[in-house]
Amino acid sequence: MSENSSAEGAAVVQEIVAAFPSGRGSLIPILQEIQRRQGYISPEALKALERLTGISATEAYGVATFYTQFRFTRPGRHKIQVCNGTACHVRGGAQVLEELERRLGISVGQTTPDGQFSLERVACLGCCALSPVVAVDGKVYAGMTPKKVPGVLREYAAQATQSARQEK
Amino acid sequence: MDGLNIRRRMAEERWSALMSGAESVFFVGAATCGMAAGAEAVIDRLERDIARYGLNARVIRAGCLGPCCFEPIMIVRRQGLPECCYGPVDADAAGSILERHVMGGELCPEWSLGVMTAEGYGDIPSFWDHPMMRGQVRRVLVNCGVIDPEDPDHYLARGGYLGLERALGMTPEAVIEEVLASGLRGRGGAGFPTGKKWQFARAAEGSPKYLICNADEGDPGAFMNRSLLEGDPHAVLEGMLIAGYAIGASEGYIYCRAEYPLAIRRLERAIEQMRELGVLGERILGTDFSFDLHIKQGAGAFVCGEETALIASIEGLRGMPRPKPPFPAQRGLWGKPTVIQNVETLGNLPHILRNGAAWFAEVGTPQSRGTKTFALAGKVARTGLIEVPLGTPLRQIVMEIGGGMVSGKAPKAVQTGGPSGGCIPAEKFDLPVDYESLGAAGSIMGSGGMIVLDEDSCMVDIARYFLTFTQQESCGKCVPCRIGTRAMLQLLENISKGQGRPEDLRQLEEIAETVKMGSLCGLGQTAPNPVLTTLRYFRNEYEEHIEKSQCAAFACRKLVWYRIDPDRCKGCGVCLRVCPAEAIEGEKGEPHRIIDEKCIHCGTCVTACPPSSAAIYRESGDLKRIEARRQLASTVS
Ligand SMILES: Cc1cc2nc3c(=O)[nH]c(=O)nc-3n(C[C@H](O)[C@H](O)[C@H](O)COP(=O)(O)O)c2cc1C
Ligand code: SF4
Ligand code: SF4
Ligand code: FES
Ligand code: FES
Repeated sequence: MSENSSAEGAAVVQEIVAAFPSGRGSLIPILQEIQRRQGYISPEALKALERLTGISATEAYGVATFYTQFRFTRPGRHKIQVCNGTACHVRGGAQVLEELERRLGISVGQTTPDGQFSLERVACLGCCALSPVVAVDGKVYAGMTPKKVPGVLREYAAQATQSARQEK
Repeated sequence: MDGLNIRRRMAEERWSALMSGAESVFFVGAATCGMAAGAEAVIDRLERDIARYGLNARVIRAGCLGPCCFEPIMIVRRQGLPECCYGPVDADAAGSILERHVMGGELCPEWSLGVMTAEGYGDIPSFWDHPMMRGQVRRVLVNCGVIDPEDPDHYLARGGYLGLERALGMTPEAVIEEVLASGLRGRGGAGFPTGKKWQFARAAEGSPKYLICNADEGDPGAFMNRSLLEGDPHAVLEGMLIAGYAIGASEGYIYCRAEYPLAIRRLERAIEQMRELGVLGERILGTDFSFDLHIKQGAGAFVCGEETALIASIEGLRGMPRPKPPFPAQRGLWGKPTVIQNVETLGNLPHILRNGAAWFAEVGTPQSRGTKTFALAGKVARTGLIEVPLGTPLRQIVMEIGGGMVSGKAPKAVQTGGPSGGCIPAEKFDLPVDYESLGAAGSIMGSGGMIVLDEDSCMVDIARYFLTFTQQESCGKCVPCRIGTRAMLQLLENISKGQGRPEDLRQLEEIAETVKMGSLCGLGQTAPNPVLTTLRYFRNEYEEHIEKSQCAAFACRKLVWYRIDPDRCKGCGVCLRVCPAEAIEGEKGEPHRIIDEKCIHCGTCVTACPPSSAAIYRESGDLKRIEARRQLASTVS
């Protein structure tokens, strides 16, 4: 992280901390908000948090690692969540995940080298009646099959090239 | 209470205008499931066409009506016609229905699921007579799918907050009596009598007292709580007020899983609206009762559904359970008396207070009163959210409401209670669904997840699946839970790879006992249930895996071998190109062959082989046996 953006990051953390009541009960909500804004919990964010709240970075890290929601590496531009709940498991969710891994060339928990996609396995997205289910950036795709995987990925790959073009 | 009554009268007027006015209304199911099935495209099309034709009509985003397998669903109301439920509809179907039903004044039988009246209309039967709806009793779900969950007037007009008004007119003790008399038991899993829990908390020393709504819905494969929160948030919140008043709490928390963003948004809105209505904050409805609400988002840990772990999580700590007693009702959040109730338990309260304990107890069994919602999923034909009287036989739920198996095959079992529950075999489908019967069968009621399994489901695989889950989710505090679940998982993995030994089954049972007895919290105590019930009812499947390396359901991947039928293979080479392991060989135009030693059992080739050839099939079992069988067959023929 460049010095500039890490200073920016610290300012964001400061803003977030100020918005919550002081006290231990706010730790998890603050971490959630940091992750929502910055995409993950960076060591810099934990340090800023320590300065602002007095909760040590190790302590906060210990709490955060207990919960599967928190990530500690920068996520891809698009977040793919594959449901691993029971309903999705019995209707072939694992095959969908494998196809995604194969197409993206990464394993679950990783991000593609170009930073476009990260792949996560989650327990139940609450759409069990339409299983198996995959969500990309929160948009839910129901009744998934390995065959539908390339089509879904293409939607986002197209978006990615488009926005790259716009940036130029 | 005058303010609320004036508002209710206005709400009733608005509601009756909506129900019988000149404006046509489309209630589109826009809960998580509906959106996943394409409700947004339907809504877009309807709104465009309404504008294009200049119709006096509007679209309302409703919650989950229940028959999720028919999503996208919409209910159409137009003056002069009975309300009609349509599904599944895509954008084009919605356009046609708009033209014919709303503009043309005729119903559209081809998309109809039924009219919403008790009687049919012409050839179209009543929605409530649909095989998926018959046998259901809608109490908790009465508003889901038929109101705008973001419009508090809809809730008010349909009797909302009447239960609270009645409760506030009674003493807290009388409210507890009423709930005790109703026989309501917790819907989150254990089935503890709600009124009794309240008595403890009311009697406990300490102030303030807290009420927590458990909306963590940790069972991976269940969505009852999500649907209720999305479809009728005020009902759950009214329940919280009633419970808070009864136990003498002044603050409430809703602990909702972060994976449910729509539910959280609806709750936030509803809480704002409650303040406007005067049912939240200081001196609610002019009484001495003051109560405030906060939302806390779960951060993804199954164990946080357990009461003491949940409390630790709200306190900003790692979500680890602690020994009970002291029970949360004595020492809970921040050390104060705390009552934790499940979403559905709370959703029942407004009805009990409004209609009385006797009304509530009219349905159900003597030990298990009232109704229960279930998330019906898995291999059944009709999946969705249902509500049935407790005591309804499993067969009725699976075969009638669920319509049997989607594959047309025979059902094998029903999994209830998620990772804490077990598998009930098809022979036992006459079992009434109540707390005691499910417990006696080795499972639990749980919060309402119901996953139906058919012949293509492998029970060893199911047990392995749940143990993978509990092993990952164990918080690690207790040695039996931490080490025991891992040891059990290892044995199950061996078995599912064909490396199991006959003595493994005994050993599984022994470890299961240790984990059950030696674990602190419900997670560990119930983690062995999926293994124990499958061992009890499907031991032969375990034995087949161990003795013959065979998985008849083709679910245990390492035991499945892929074969190319030389008579069907046209040698097109598609499989050869897609195989990630380069395990297929053959010349163009000649039958291809799979090299077992290289095959990684991924199954890609089966889906890739063109349907006109369909040359690839599966076998399971020890390779030597398969070969011997084949030779025997060829000598016979
Ligand atoms: C590991 C574990 C997970 C649980 N998960 C939930 C849950 O997701 N939702 C829930 O309401 N209860 C859950 N429970 C049960 C709660 O601890 C508690 O009994 C319940 O919320 C009490 O509410 P009720 O009496 O209204 O059912 C869980 C229990 C354990 C041991
Ligand atoms: S039983 Fe398991 S999950 Fe529960 S406290 Fe013990 S180790 Fe943690
Ligand atoms: S199952 Fe997979 S690895 Fe085996 S032959 Fe088919 S495509 Fe290749
Ligand atoms: S099991 Fe996949 S959405 Fe619930
Ligand atoms: S989510 Fe729409 S019917 Fe269930």
